[in-house]
Amino acid sequence: MELSNFDKSLLNLLQGNLPVCKRPFAAMAAKLGADESFVLNRVRELKAAGYLRRIGTFFNSDNLGYRGTLVALEVAPSEICAVAQAVNSYTEVTHNYEREGKFNLWFTLLTLNADRESSILQEIKSMRGVEDMINLKSNKKFKINVQFKLQ
Amino acid sequence: MCNSNYSDIKSNYSDTKSNYSDTKELTAPDKKIVQVLQEEFPLCEEPYKILAERAGMSEDEFLARVNDFVREKKIRKLGAVLQHRTAGFKSNALCAWNVPQEKLSEIAAIMSAHCAVSHCYDRNPAPNWNYNLYTMIHAKTREECDGIIAELSKLTGITNYQVLYSKKEWKKTAMKYFSES
Repeated sequence: MELSNFDKSLLNLLQGNLPVCKRPFAAMAAKLGADESFVLNRVRELKAAGYLRRIGTFFNSDNLGYRGTLVALEVAPSEICAVAQAVNSYTEVTHNYEREGKFNLWFTLLTLNADRESSILQEIKSMRGVEDMINLKSNKKFKINVQFKLQ
Repeated sequence: MCNSNYSDIKSNYSDTKSNYSDTKELTAPDKKIVQVLQEEFPLCEEPYKILAERAGMSEDEFLARVNDFVREKKIRKLGAVLQHRTAGFKSNALCAWNVPQEKLSEIAAIMSAHCAVSHCYDRNPAPNWNYNLYTMIHAKTREECDGIIAELSKLTGITNYQVLYSKKEWKKTAMKYFSES
């Protein structure tokens, strides 16, 4: 499916903030000079065609009481698959990537209390093949931006 | 400076709360609102009517509370995230930089201003890992990604860094808040 200029404007607007009101798609349609039903249909089609990863609410986890961290593991290459799957099994793990380098498995962890964080990290540290672990806490987020402007 | 079409429409700056006790616990109705909002947004004329029903409150009450959440910065954004591939970004690297602590904010601002940088966080270094600034970089190819990193190094004068290309994505999900067992 080829994106039209209208689609690109729609996607750019959709990546910003949907108005919080009773008829958000009507408000968006007004900005685009189109009908509510036309906009809604197009959003459904673009979603079905795989252009949207997610449409919904993105929370600031800090303000919901969660604390996040980035953890890197050095895992023996023969165990990386098993360790990666075990790390994935925690609902508190949102991103988990195998990367090149000494530390070869990197994941983000979001928890509601310090005890839960340390117990998860203890469990992971004791898994077979885990040779080293570093816990990299953040103090300041300078930029959080996952928007792609389509031209 | 930015020749890709990855452009910075809006970025957020925020202090990361370091202690769990820095935030008051949410009430049960507020947790319920978070739970229904984190599901896929209903694509219909009156989405909030459906969401409010799921949360067991009136549409007006629900909308008012969502607006509070936006004001209180509990909600960062209510909208869509595109597939990276849609926009043609196939090469993604995490780059860890060793930056003098006193220059951290200044250098983070330069890196954040670059349109290929989607995330920029400081982090405490570890004993055997002396890097304190982290950027996520998106480009169409690995060569382009390497070029952007070289450009950031030149712009900031930071030459001690590690480029961590992803080999495999094992998990990439949105957090399901208040659903832990």
